[in-house]
Amino acid sequence: MSNTTIAPTTAATTSVTPMLESEGLVKTYGRVVALDGVDFALYPGEVLAVIGDNGAGKSTLIKCLSGAEIADSGTMRLDGNVIQFRKPIEARNAGIETVYQTLAVAPALDIATNLFLGRELRKPGPLGSVMRMLEGSGMRGRAKEQMMALGIGTLQNMNQAVETLSGGQRQAVAVARAAAFGSKVIILDEPTAALGVRESAQVLKLIQHLRDRGLPVILISHNMPQVFEVADRIHVQRLGKRAAVITPQSVSITDVVAIMTGALQVDERDQALGPVR
Amino acid sequence: MSDAIAGYDAAEEFLDRQSTIKRVQAVLHTYPWLSPAVVLAITLVIFRIASSKFATPTDLGVIAQQTAVVGTVAVGQTLIILTGGIDLSCGAIMVFSSMVMAKTAFDQGVPGPVALAIGLVVGCLAGAFNGFLITRVKLPPFIVTLGSLGIFTSLTLLYATGRTVRNTELARQLKWLGKPIDLGGFRITTGVIVMLALYAVSAYILRYTAWGTHVYAVGDDPDAARLAGIQNSRVIVSVYVAAGFIFAIAGWVLIGRVNAASPNSGIDTNLDSITAVVIGGTSLFGGRGRVIGSLIGALIVTSVDHGLSVAGLDQSYKQLAIGGLIIVAVTADQWIRRARA
Repeated sequence: MSNTTIAPTTAATTSVTPMLESEGLVKTYGRVVALDGVDFALYPGEVLAVIGDNGAGKSTLIKCLSGAEIADSGTMRLDGNVIQFRKPIEARNAGIETVYQTLAVAPALDIATNLFLGRELRKPGPLGSVMRMLEGSGMRGRAKEQMMALGIGTLQNMNQAVETLSGGQRQAVAVARAAAFGSKVIILDEPTAALGVRESAQVLKLIQHLRDRGLPVILISHNMPQVFEVADRIHVQRLGKRAAVITPQSVSITDVVAIMTGALQVDERDQALGPVR
Repeated sequence: MSDAIAGYDAAEEFLDRQSTIKRVQAVLHTYPWLSPAVVLAITLVIFRIASSKFATPTDLGVIAQQTAVVGTVAVGQTLIILTGGIDLSCGAIMVFSSMVMAKTAFDQGVPGPVALAIGLVVGCLAGAFNGFLITRVKLPPFIVTLGSLGIFTSLTLLYATGRTVRNTELARQLKWLGKPIDLGGFRITTGVIVMLALYAVSAYILRYTAWGTHVYAVGDDPDAARLAGIQNSRVIVSVYVAAGFIFAIAGWVLIGRVNAASPNSGIDTNLDSITAVVIGGTSLFGGRGRVIGSLIGALIVTSVDHGLSVAGLDQSYKQLAIGGLIIVAVTADQWIRRARA
């Protein structure tokens, strides 16, 4: 095993506060160690890819950050404030939205309803407060704006049932929902795993749109070419620890795979690469 | 994105080809109550040809009165089926509530309105019992309500001690839904009005409130609903309680309809209500359907029943016709759910 130093593109020391960071996260399931003291940092306005082999702990890391799992120890900070999530809803209320791999949209419901599901808007005045009437046209209008802002204006009819859409369009609805409510961080868990080539390209475009709007994005993916295409920095997870943080410019795909599998080891002091954007 | 699709040469002209049958499928996908409406129209026409006494203004009033009980139960049944559940105990809850109303007023001498309220609370509690077993103990709705069907039926018989509370013994308020209303030859009862009001209210709630949206979401895709932050169990329990309340109202309508409270009335209502909902275009898999379809479905069930007797035909044909319609309706549902715009 060679012990190589990978030249960082910028100095590791920086004064920028991470939007979301963790220190020494530990999570065990019985005797199985999923996270063995993970440090993690997401800086404002960047796309950070999280990669790693199966069992490296990337899913568990994301679950802790999105409130789906509770870490055994370690601290998390959002925008500099210490946070502790016990349920996904708490993370969402704090401004962290997650898009799941499984196309988590209700097929028979329309686009606008899916976008606002669980967070419906009521009409102002007694119609809303007494009759509990929903602001249907308002939600459709905001849904439409959101879709346009993300460059998915091809979907015209917000009354269209989601099941009539293609896989890529459905994922776009899920991303649009996250973008509409995620004020701080958006987490995408394998968003292209179930999609074809052209549909994946649509989703990657969406990710770039999100970044252009200043929203930091965490992207979990197995697809190296996609990661290298959109990510600003790449967090490599290995055996429950952070193996390295690199940029697509500084390291080749081959080297990244070597880091993932342990063939290449990165020096401790080069593991924490600061913001590059 | 769309320009990536265009640019075919030979295939271009076939891209937007849509057969008539596809178009029909798409329309039915958007308006699931349309096919039962057509079936109802055909049913009325057939029996009208078979008998000149059928579907006259007076006769339509009779059909409306006969629909009141099953139609009311079908409102609650629709809510439950929309969540992907089913309630086999609906008729039992209805009869149990009606016996509680009649007997607390007659035996215990409780004032009519209070007896009515007690009956409605009993309906809610029965629904809560089903909902609790389904969400907390996590049993399938079919099994839970099959069990509670037996429990509530038995409780009714034990409580009633095999005795009917007759017309003269009933509190005045309990008979209120049997009051006739004349609309120039077309005679209905207040019970019919209450049923129609329940349809209007439930249609509004399902269409225009967040709770209504959540009922659909929970039945359509429970995982997506949960990930969207909906508390599925809470929605499902509230649906069973609301349905229990509606079944108790049906019990009140039933007292007005038969002019008595008998532990043996309304036996067919359990299955007839499910039939009405399914024929009405609501999917047994949950998440799809309109409550208005169930009203049409209930009208179909009573029209067939009533038409056969007016035309002097064997009542056995009812089972044949309704059974056939159920199979056709579920087949249609499977087909419609595959529609893509």
